[in-house]
Amino acid sequence: MAKRIDVSGLNAYYGSHKAIDDISMTVEPRSVTAFIGPSGCGKSTFLRTLNRMHEVTPGGRVEGKVLLDDENLYGPGVDPVSVRRTVGMVFQRPNPFPTMSIYENVAAGLRLNGGRIRKSEMDAVVEKSLQGANLWKEVKDRLNKPGAGLSGGQQQRLCIARAIAVEPQVLLMDEPCSALDPISTLAIEDLIGELKERFTIVIVTHNMQQAARVSDRTAFFNLAGVGQPGKLVEIDDTERIFSNPSVQATEDYISGRFG
Amino acid sequence: MDITSPTAAQPPPGATAPAPQAKAAARAGDRIFLGLSRGSGLLLLVIMAAIAVFLTVRAASALSHDHGNFFTTFEWNANATPPVFGIAVLAFGTVVSSLIAMLIAVPVAVGVALFLSHYAPRRLAAPLSYVIDLLAAVPSIVYGLWGALFLVPHLGGLYSWLDDYFGWTGVLAYHGGAARSLFTIGILLAIMILPIVTSVSREVFRQAPKMHEEAALALGATRWEVIRMSVLPFGRSGVISASMLGLGRALGETMAVATVLSPSFVIGKSLLDPGGGTFAQNIASSFKESGDIGKDALIASGLVLFVLTLLVNGAARLIIARRKEYSE
Amino acid sequence: MSDVTVEQPLVADSAPQPRSSLRQPRLPRWAAPAVAVAAAAVAVAIGLGAGLSSRIQWGLIAALLFVLGLYGLTARVEGRRQAKDRLATSLVWVCFLLAVVPLLSLMWETVRRGAKVLDGSFLSHSMAGVLTIQPGGGVYHAIIGTLEQVGIATAIAAPVGLLTAVYLVEYGRGTLAKVVTFFVDVMTGVPSIVAGLFVLSFWILMLDFGYSGFAGSMALAILMMPVVVRSTEEMLKLVPNELREASLALGVPKWRTILKVVLPTAIGGIATGVMLAVARIAGETAPIVLLVFGSQVINNNPFDGAQSSLPYYIYEQWAAGNEASYDRAWAAALVLIAFVMILNLVARGIARWKAPKSGR
Repeated sequence: MAKRIDVSGLNAYYGSHKAIDDISMTVEPRSVTAFIGPSGCGKSTFLRTLNRMHEVTPGGRVEGKVLLDDENLYGPGVDPVSVRRTVGMVFQRPNPFPTMSIYENVAAGLRLNGGRIRKSEMDAVVEKSLQGANLWKEVKDRLNKPGAGLSGGQQQRLCIARAIAVEPQVLLMDEPCSALDPISTLAIEDLIGELKERFTIVIVTHNMQQAARVSDRTAFFNLAGVGQPGKLVEIDDTERIFSNPSVQATEDYISGRFG
Repeated sequence: MDITSPTAAQPPPGATAPAPQAKAAARAGDRIFLGLSRGSGLLLLVIMAAIAVFLTVRAASALSHDHGNFFTTFEWNANATPPVFGIAVLAFGTVVSSLIAMLIAVPVAVGVALFLSHYAPRRLAAPLSYVIDLLAAVPSIVYGLWGALFLVPHLGGLYSWLDDYFGWTGVLAYHGGAARSLFTIGILLAIMILPIVTSVSREVFRQAPKMHEEAALALGATRWEVIRMSVLPFGRSGVISASMLGLGRALGETMAVATVLSPSFVIGKSLLDPGGGTFAQNIASSFKESGDIGKDALIASGLVLFVLTLLVNGAARLIIARRKEYSE
Repeated sequence: MSDVTVEQPLVADSAPQPRSSLRQPRLPRWAAPAVAVAAAAVAVAIGLGAGLSSRIQWGLIAALLFVLGLYGLTARVEGRRQAKDRLATSLVWVCFLLAVVPLLSLMWETVRRGAKVLDGSFLSHSMAGVLTIQPGGGVYHAIIGTLEQVGIATAIAAPVGLLTAVYLVEYGRGTLAKVVTFFVDVMTGVPSIVAGLFVLSFWILMLDFGYSGFAGSMALAILMMPVVVRSTEEMLKLVPNELREASLALGVPKWRTILKVVLPTAIGGIATGVMLAVARIAGETAPIVLLVFGSQVINNNPFDGAQSSLPYYIYEQWAAGNEASYDRAWAAALVLIAFVMILNLVARGIARWKAPKSGR
C-alpha cells in the first residue's frame, strides 16, 4: 500500500515569488513524518507539492523532482488527477461536501472513478473507511444525514474516511487538528497512529507536542530571512530532533527561544 | 454600533463645546436631512403603489367596456364599437417567447459564467466579463434593429432545415416568408437576457468555497468533477434566481419584440411561422392608433404584465434573500 | 494490510488506469486546436455541399462537430473521465463564443451600415421637410430630445435615489427600510413599458397634459431611481465606519458627517452608478413611444409638445421601411451605441480612478 517519497532539488513559486528553496528529503513508507517550523516557512506549500495541489493556486509553479517509489510526480505525461488519487490529502479546516450525506461523502472518491460499483461493495468500502477513521460507531445510524451536521472533530474524521476510501498510497495532512478542540485532537492523533500501519503519512503541525507524540521522523523548516524562501533545516528521527538536534536553530525553535 | 444620536457624542476634552444655538441648528439640520432621505424612500414606495393604483383604475374602466372576455378572447378590437378585446394571444406569445428565451439563454449563461469563473485564463477573465457586460449596455431598440434587418434574413435557412426534419411535429413547421416569429423573438430575447443571467451566476460561482473545491481535487477529481461536486450544488439557487431575473426582463421587453415580430391575433400551431404577439409589443405597436377605450385596454394588458413581472421578480429576490441568510 | 485492497481491482478495472503508473495516455496540446480547425473545415464543406445558405447553421454545425470530435478522440485516447472533462471544457468555450458572436455581429453591422450616412450634416439637421423615402435628413432633433429628456430624468432620479440610499445605509433600521429595500429590488424589474403606461394614465389621461419630453422624463426617472439607489447603496456600504465614528466623535452632527465625510468618500462610485443608470435609460424607447410621441422637427422645449429621441428615431426610421430610412436608422443606432458606450467607459474609468482603496 504505502510508498516511499523521494524529493530532490524542489523549488516552488507563487508567480515570481519563490516560496521554498531547494528541498531534498526522503519520507519512509508506513511511518509518520511531521513538518514543523514557524508560520510562512513554506511547510504547507511543500506539502501541497507532494500531490500537485500547489499548481492549483493561481501562479503556483514547481521545479524539481518528487519520486513516488521511483516514479516522478512531475515527469512528462503524468496526470495530476491520478497523482492526487494516489496521494490523498486532509485539510486544515474540515471540509465535507455540504450537499452530500455522510455516506455520499465517503463514497465520493470512489464514485469519481465511475464504473459500476455494486451497492454491497460500496457499503463495504464505506463501512471499512468509517471504521478506519474511528467514526463508524458514531454515525452508523445516520449515514444518510448531511455530513455538515457532525461536530468539528467528527467532520475531520469524516474527511479522513473520505480520503482513505480510495486507498491512497500516501496521506498528507495539513494541520488537521488546528481547528479542533483538545478531545477531538486526541482522537485524531490516535487515529494517525493506527493509519500509519497502512499508509505513508505526512503531517504539517504547529503544535510541537503533537509532532513529538505522533511522528516517527520530524523535519524542521525555516525562513532564510525576511522575504526569502523557506528552507529545510534538517530532518531526523523525532526523538533526536527533540532531544539532541544537530542544528542550533532547531533547538532554539523547539525550546521556544524563537518563532 | 449606534450612531443614531450623534449630538450626544462627547466632544474630546479641550475642544470648544458647541454653543447651544449651534446644537439646536445641528438638531434641526439632522431632522431636515433625515426627513429628506426618509421622504425619498417613501416616495419610491408611493410611486410603486401609484403604478398599481392608476393601472388598476384604468384597467377597470377598460374592462367595463369590454364586450369580449378579457382573458379568453382571441381578438384585439378595442377601438371598434362595441370594443372586443382579450389577452389570450398576448399571454400565450409573452410566455412562450420568454420560455424559449430561457431554454436557450440559461444553459449558455451557466456555461459562460463557468467559463468566466473557472475556465478562462485568469488574466482574460476580467476583460471578458466586461465584454459580456457590454452586451447588457446595448439598447434594446438596437437589438431590435439588428434582429429585424440581420437576424431575421439569416434565420430563414435554419428554419427551412428545421422544417425538413421536424416539420411533422407541427410546432416546428415553417412555410417560408420572413422569419418574424415567436421563435425568433425567443432567440433575440435569449441574447438580451444572457448578460444578466451570466453576471449573477458568475458571482455565485465565484463565491463557491475554495475548501470544497480543494477537497474534490484532493480526491483526484478532474476539473469538471470538481465543478459538479462543489461548485454547481453551491450555485444552484443562485442560478435559479438569476434565471428568474432574466425571465422578468424577457417578459417585459418591448422594442426588440415590436421591431422583429410580425404580429397577428391568432395562436398559430407553429412557433417558426410569423404571427402572435406579446403584451409589451402590442402596447407599443397599437398605441398610436388607439382611442380612449383602446388606451385603457392597453393599460389593462399592461397591468397583467406588471403583475406577472412583479411575481417573477419577487420570487427571484426572495430566493436570493433566503440564500444570503444561509450563507451568513 | 486491510481487506479493502481485495476490492481495489474491482474498482480500478472500470477506470483504465495502470495500477503501477501515474502516467496516462494524453492527447498532445495541439489536439484541441486541430480538432477545431478540422471541425470548421468540415462544417464549411457540409455547408457548401448541402447548399445551406445560413452562416448561423455553418457555425452551429462546426461547434457540434468540434465538441463531438474532441469528446470521441479523448474518450479513445485518454479514457471516459478525461473525455467528460474535455466535453465540459469545450462546451463552456462554445457557450462563451455563442455569447460573443451576436455582440460582435451587432457591433459590426451597426458600424458598417451606420457609417454610410453618418456625417456632420446628419448630426446637425433634423428631418423637417424630408420625406422618409428620400435620403438626407438627420438626427439633430433626436439628439436634442434625448439629451433633454435624459437630463431631466437624471435631475429627478439622482437626488431621490441618492437620498434613498443614504436613508437605507445611514438611518435605515426597522421595517420601513426593509420594505423600501424590497421594493427597490422589485422596482428594478418594472418593465419600461409599464412605467410609460403609468405616466400616461396619470399625467396625460388624468391630469390632461399633452405629450411632451417631460412626460417621457418622468417615466425614465422611475426606471432610473432603483438603479441609482442600488449602486449608491453599495458604495456607501464600502465607506469604513471608522470615518463616520471619527467625525461624530468630533461633535460634528450626523447630517454634516454624511455630507462632508461619507458622500465625498464614495463620490467616485456614486458618479459611476449614476452614469451607468443614465446609459441604461438613454436607450429606452418604449416610454418615449407612449409619452413623447415623436416629431420630425426640432423642438427645444421639453415641457411643451412632442419631441423625438435617438431610440425613438431608430424605431421610426425602421418602421418607415425603405433603404434611405434604414440607413438613417443604422446611423442613429451607431450614434446611440457610441453615446452609451462612452458613458460606460467613462463611468468605469471613474470607478477605477476613484475606487476606495481596500486593504490590498
